[in-house]
Amino acid sequence: MFALVQAEDFDQGELYARLKQSADEKACGNTGAIVTFTGLVRDFNNAGDIDGIELEHYPGMTEKALMLLVEQAIERFSLNSAGALHRVGRIYNNEQIVWVGAAAPHRQAAFDAASFLMDMLKQSVPLWKKEFKGDQSEWVAAKASDDKAALKWMQKT
Amino acid sequence: MQITVKTFAQTREITGEDKFALNLSDNSTIATVISQLKHRNDKWALALEGSVLTARNQELCDLQTVLSDGDELALFPPVTGG
Repeated sequence: MFALVQAEDFDQGELYARLKQSADEKACGNTGAIVTFTGLVRDFNNAGDIDGIELEHYPGMTEKALMLLVEQAIERFSLNSAGALHRVGRIYNNEQIVWVGAAAPHRQAAFDAASFLMDMLKQSVPLWKKEFKGDQSEWVAAKASDDKAALKWMQKT
Repeated sequence: MQITVKTFAQTREITGEDKFALNLSDNSTIATVISQLKHRNDKWALALEGSVLTARNQELCDLQTVLSDGDELALFPPVTGG
């Protein structure tokens, strides 16, 4: 398992290989499904076009909170492994911003774990987005729909 | 006792303070610190008007959490990663 926070862009193939290797180390031949999700920066918000986003974070806590989610996903969905990577700093439109992956014996657990990781990440990892256009910038407000998505996992047993 | 207060995002921008030491009475809770900070100045009163999350030693926690000497208390708005 792994949790990474970095300014640099990432290679999905490398992350997939890392996840697969870590799942194989735990239970070789037992993984029947790997689901990965990649989030990208859209080129618009509610008010119009943007040039990109600037991501602030809480160094130290961000890594810990992300790792905690990965551990919770492994436990909750009986995964063979899971991983997450979030970028910080200035990220332009259409660039990759976040990646999560889950490896499980069967597909449903892998799909659910990837959803869980993203929904909970938006609720508990100390990252803040600021959208910019030219020299103007504005903080992104937390969405009620994101709260609901996370709440869904908290209520399920 | 003394703790370190850290702020992020809008909370940092509004208050203009990103890290400082704060003296407290023993067994103070986070709720006590927040009401104390609201009186620090107008900027803090404004920053703490809306929804603010708190983390003690880099773990999210609630307002009833009791602080200890040397703790790091972070105050920030709801997170928006992903």
